[in-house]
Amino acid sequence: MTPGPTTVEPSAEGSATADPTAVEFGHRTWVVRRGRLALRWQARTVLVCTLLAVLTLVATTAALALGDYPLTLPEVWAALTGDPGAGFSSTVVLEWRLPRAVAAALFGAGLGAAGAVFQSLTRNSLASPDIIGISAGSYTGALIVIVLVQGTYLQLTAGALVGGAATAAVIYLLAWRGGVQGFRLIIVGIAVSAMLTSFNTWLMLTAKLEVALAASAWGAGTLGRIGLQEMLVGGGAVLVLLVVLAAFGQPMRQLELGDDAAHATGTRAEPVRLAVIAIAVALTAVVSSAAGPIAFIALAAPQIARRLCRTPGISVVPAALTGAVLLAGAELAALHLLPVALPVGVVTVVLGGGYLLWLIVHEVRRR
Amino acid sequence: MKIAVARDTAAPLTRRRVVGLLAALALLAALVLASIAVGSRAVPLPAVVDALLHDTGEGDSYVVWSLRVPRTAVLLAVGIALGVAGMLIQALTRNPLADPGILGVNAGASLFVALGIAVFGLSSPGQYVWFSFAGALLVTVVVYVIGSAGRGSIDPIQLTLAGVTLGAILYAVVSAMTLLDPRTFEQMRNWSAGSVVGRGWEVLLPVLPFLAAGVLLAVAVAGPLNAIALGDDLAKSLGASIGRTRIIVVAAVTLLAGGATAVAGPIGFVGLMVPHVARWIVGPDQRWILGATLLLAPSLLLAADVVGRTVIRPGELPVGIVMAFVGAPILIVLVRRRKAAGL
Repeated sequence: MTPGPTTVEPSAEGSATADPTAVEFGHRTWVVRRGRLALRWQARTVLVCTLLAVLTLVATTAALALGDYPLTLPEVWAALTGDPGAGFSSTVVLEWRLPRAVAAALFGAGLGAAGAVFQSLTRNSLASPDIIGISAGSYTGALIVIVLVQGTYLQLTAGALVGGAATAAVIYLLAWRGGVQGFRLIIVGIAVSAMLTSFNTWLMLTAKLEVALAASAWGAGTLGRIGLQEMLVGGGAVLVLLVVLAAFGQPMRQLELGDDAAHATGTRAEPVRLAVIAIAVALTAVVSSAAGPIAFIALAAPQIARRLCRTPGISVVPAALTGAVLLAGAELAALHLLPVALPVGVVTVVLGGGYLLWLIVHEVRRR
Repeated sequence: MKIAVARDTAAPLTRRRVVGLLAALALLAALVLASIAVGSRAVPLPAVVDALLHDTGEGDSYVVWSLRVPRTAVLLAVGIALGVAGMLIQALTRNPLADPGILGVNAGASLFVALGIAVFGLSSPGQYVWFSFAGALLVTVVVYVIGSAGRGSIDPIQLTLAGVTLGAILYAVVSAMTLLDPRTFEQMRNWSAGSVVGRGWEVLLPVLPFLAAGVLLAVAVAGPLNAIALGDDLAKSLGASIGRTRIIVVAAVTLLAGGATAVAGPIGFVGLMVPHVARWIVGPDQRWILGATLLLAPSLLLAADVVGRTVIRPGELPVGIVMAFVGAPILIVLVRRRKAAGL
């Protein structure tokens, strides 16, 4: 399989395949200069990102309005702005629907960004945290905290962080053989996930029935447990991590060229790599501790974003926005499209898994 | 000259094969006895032999004949079925990482069993074995089609990934169905961890003829599979009928994996490991590999179940969970070997 991020054609959109005589001037770009600082935007990327942001906003608003107690847009707005006339709709919007809706968008963004980091660093379009088992490791860490010490939400998040980081380290070590080759990493990750999943099943069997019931619904990946506290702490953490990650966007792009090239352009490879991996693991762990292992968003979002923006490499911002749209949309579908409300993880597995199968068959066909 | 060389190497190989098979047989016998003896009520070995010989219907004899012997028989049958299915699917796809569990065949069987329970209200394996077959057949064909989609042969690791993904999707649909329907959840819960607790003759007997048919098909097809291993073109020139061999293999995998899943739920990794150990003992001849698999696969499952019964006494670990803990490290070892990635 040709990993997406390795192709480093210098802004040759479509590489002028249709007409070999046509001169390709590359992407249309916008440059903003202010003193010594210059920001260069590709027009298409900006357009796509704006569209994605609007879509996220639409999906979130729809999530606030739809439900057993449907509200009109003015009613939602009144509730959001704290209009004293809102009454019961204020409770519905602010306490019931807002935490879930906002968490869907933010967590989706976090997963998309984490997937982008892993895919970019490994230069492999399949190496996302949900496939290589980091989500499962975070979930195991959180589960141990729940079952053994009945911990608070913060302890649970700490457990997820430790579980995710430990799993990442174990997978990396096991896949190491004079370098980590992409597919070996993935199969090792799948094997480690299989063990973790079995361990989780066993934890559930030993737990008390009510704990096991709550944990099993959570194991599919659901936003149903998100309250105001989870939304504020989890969503806030995701936001902070995303901002920090955005600062690493430029060095990450250098790393995709290989360590030597990155060194030549003044990027220190190892510290940058370690920092962004830590951020990506943290993003995955925060989301998993609040919503369980939601699969396939981290896998699909960066790839969809890359195809939408037609950029040669993986970029974090479009991937995060795509993740937000995907999870918010999947949450809407899980709650309102199907006859019975399902955990959002079921919907993302079916959609994302279908996409992955298509990707594999497509790559095989092309050879 | 050539013949002399062949004779020189053939003699030690035959000795190795015979010794290996005898050792495997002894191991299997020991594990059968252990499986009858070990449990929440431990039965000492002399008492096991005594109880086996004289069925008095009380005390140790009751435990042995009503609980342990049926359970051991189920493990033997399921182990053989999963091991042979794995051996066939590895030979067919020429993929050292193939396994009915990894490639999603068990997941397909699960999905159709869930459908049978939820939509048609079935309740016993004798009834839903047909659904299990349908699911196993569907996924085997889909995996094979994905594997042969390109012009060249598919990378084993990509095929593995396709199978894992297919399995994830199918299990998600199963979990959606069980979450929608509490009655299905209740029935599937016992079955889906991959467990043989409380499975007796009434579960095994209706499925046994299908498993036997699958093994017979495997015996019939082991010779031609040797030719297939050389590549399609060479196999044709050696006179093997590739199309017929493939159809028989798919039928056998369907019967074996579908039947085993109907009895014991989805159990992974048996079919992955055993053929590798068998190949290591008896060499690359598929007929000998089949023979060794018939002995080694049930040994592995029996050992896993005995371990599951002893580690958390007085409770039990489902055999499917033990298998994942033994099997996943083996998968890692295999993928770390250079050969596995490039076969």
